Amino acid sequence: MHMTDLLQIQNIRKTFPGVVALDDVSLSIAPGEIHTLLGENGAGKSTLMNVLTGLYRPDRGELLFDGSPVHFSSPRDSLNIGIGMVHQHFMLVPAHTVFENILLALDGVANFFSRRKYKVKIQQVLDQFELDLDLDTPVWKLSIGAQQWIELIKLLVRDCRLLILDEPTAVLTPQESARLFQVLTRLRDQGKSVLFISHKMREVMEISDRVTVLKKGCSLVTLPRGEYDENRLASLMIGEDQIPMWIKPACKYEELALEIKNLSVRNDRGLADLDKFSMKLYRGQILGVAGVAGNGQKALAEVLTGLKEASSGRILAKGKDITNSTAKSSYIAGIAHIPEDRKSIGIAPDMTVDDNLIMKNFNSRAFRRWIFQDRAAIRKNATAKIDQFAIKAGPDGNPIRYLSGGNIQKVIIARELSEKPSVLVALYPTRGLDIGSAEYVHKVVIDGANQGMSTILISEDLDELLKLSDEIVVMFRGRLVGCVNPQTTTREEIGLLMSGEVQR
Amino acid sequence: MFEILLDATVRAGTPILFATLGAIINERAGIINLGIEGLMLIGALAGFAATQASGSLLLGVLAAFVAAMLAGSIHGFITVQLRGNQIVSGLALTMFGIGITALFGRSMVGLTIAGFERVAIPGLSKLPVIGKPFFNQDLLIYFSFLLVVVISLFFYRPRWGLALRTVGENPAAADTCGVPVILARFMAVTIGSGIVGIGGAYLSLATTPMWIENMTAGRGWIAVALVIFASWSSYRALAGAYLFGGITAMQLRFQAMGTTVSVHILQMMPYFFTILVLVISTIRLQKGASQQPENLGQPYDREDRK
Repeated sequence: MHMTDLLQIQNIRKTFPGVVALDDVSLSIAPGEIHTLLGENGAGKSTLMNVLTGLYRPDRGELLFDGSPVHFSSPRDSLNIGIGMVHQHFMLVPAHTVFENILLALDGVANFFSRRKYKVKIQQVLDQFELDLDLDTPVWKLSIGAQQWIELIKLLVRDCRLLILDEPTAVLTPQESARLFQVLTRLRDQGKSVLFISHKMREVMEISDRVTVLKKGCSLVTLPRGEYDENRLASLMIGEDQIPMWIKPACKYEELALEIKNLSVRNDRGLADLDKFSMKLYRGQILGVAGVAGNGQKALAEVLTGLKEASSGRILAKGKDITNSTAKSSYIAGIAHIPEDRKSIGIAPDMTVDDNLIMKNFNSRAFRRWIFQDRAAIRKNATAKIDQFAIKAGPDGNPIRYLSGGNIQKVIIARELSEKPSVLVALYPTRGLDIGSAEYVHKVVIDGANQGMSTILISEDLDELLKLSDEIVVMFRGRLVGCVNPQTTTREEIGLLMSGEVQR
Repeated sequence: MFEILLDATVRAGTPILFATLGAIINERAGIINLGIEGLMLIGALAGFAATQASGSLLLGVLAAFVAAMLAGSIHGFITVQLRGNQIVSGLALTMFGIGITALFGRSMVGLTIAGFERVAIPGLSKLPVIGKPFFNQDLLIYFSFLLVVVISLFFYRPRWGLALRTVGENPAAADTCGVPVILARFMAVTIGSGIVGIGGAYLSLATTPMWIENMTAGRGWIAVALVIFASWSSYRALAGAYLFGGITAMQLRFQAMGTTVSVHILQMMPYFFTILVLVISTIRLQKGASQQPENLGQPYDREDRK
């Protein structure tokens, strides 16, 4: 068995200043298998990927490819032996054409190359997988789903033998995901190996030949298909046998909390991010917003929280017009925001947890004495919040960027909910979080609903939307294309709406 | 009359054109270079000194290129290898250039050389209106025409050009495609700086064949602004450089005609237009007409944890 492994990872360790990212990881990948890597955030999955693709150099341990040791000093080395990766943040140049993006990934292209020859060659690969992409289109004009295909094509034109995919379905509709899985299965049958990373249990169960669980920088166990089920994997990952399930109350649809009428928002390129969007949100309602990322969800969240101006239409909070008020006065109207990019928008990374917790109301009398900060009060507030939200904040005065993604999200939630908002706008609140942290976010949303807070939950995880929402609306190209009842709808129905093929 | 004005336009625009082209190469690779003014001065002095010593103008141009390249490699090393602050390093380079040329140029003040002479291109120079201004010029001006075309072709034809643009747009993408990001950026900074140096040498070998302290008089800064005006395209750099050349030529003409407008106001015009151009281009940038390399000004660190 060991002799035939394509890649053997032996006792890899990688540390960063003050952090052990990988402690001791060993696993092997056989030719022609789909191997899934599971683990909580901070378990070391991304670090391991970056070691395999030559971006990071491990402190210790060995990589054997085809039975012989390999050392990567740059991504070029790892590409040359046939390891390629689709990164979660795409490695594409939006301003360049599809052709230019793929060409750079090709090996052995002469400096003065024939455009026609390589266009034919790339087109052949596209045809082989029945992909419809125009090579001369600049990448920024394409949907996120199409961009992901380009990333995959970049690896296929190079004939990579091991394909690493980091949460590839996060940006796809269920139909697109199914298509991706078809392609991956076909690649496996051709003898290629796939290392697959995902948080979505359904997909892990569907596609994996083997699953390896990572925990706290160590490889815990590798299980072949048939020896695991969802519960077993979840308990291995978070070390608990029971994942708590939260019961949510049904919304009564009595009191209107927020109403959006024909709202349109234009982006920097002058195109409509939101196009005559209308919806109603009731007190205590959890309104799910489904859609492929990039179809106006971000604009919706930003316009509701005052970060963007509407070009036309109105937003009414409890009957009061709050259209185009500034971030502060929207906040007074009672809208809290969990932003998409928690590290760059949600927090000030180099400031302490204490300071990040009072950012929304630093000017309140509770935290100042005349014009000076009241450090004692700020500290007291932080201790209370850290306690209440079970934040692992590290030592006092710790810059918040040292915290894990889940704990940063808890700080943001603690801050946003501290003023008892009437409306919460949550943009992908569990993206990249492990099961435990995601469950915590769900609990907060449901607790809030119990106390009358309304939530607009924008998410790409259909399971999450189906579990929490009272109602799910679907967005496509800035428009509302459908509104479904989570009790009676199907994943397929939502998927069709997300792809813009039908309207309801 | 118009012919003479156009001729003066081309001659005044050429040093700015070289400097803008060099700066565009820097910025396409993602590195802001505010050392242009200093690099031009270094090129001007090195070119003059080499020509003065050897009597060869070609050697002078070569010396200007090499000297500016070496000086630019300091900026390259600081910003690319050490990932230092590009603004601070560039400003320091300009001050270094002003200082070191003042120091070593002292012995050159008052010396003279035989500068570049006009070489008429048979046939083309007989064309009406544009014949004389464009095709009865010196060799460096012809070289600048060639360079505009070559740089544009380089960006869009060979794989190296694609790699260079990708390094400026998204260095991580280039890295994962196997492009040596650090080397590519460093090369762009040094070669771009060398071309800036030729722009300086044009002043001391062609415009006025002598060395004058601080003879660039802010042309490097105009080039920095022109890069944005040109939206990082070498053809538009040509248009921009001649626009400024034209303004300079015009104000000289006005002075010669003896207008009542103060000389100081006239001399101010090119710099005033620089501000105007920056305002207009910035508004265009904000409207999304941008060709700006996405990672301009950002250092690249492969092991940076995001």
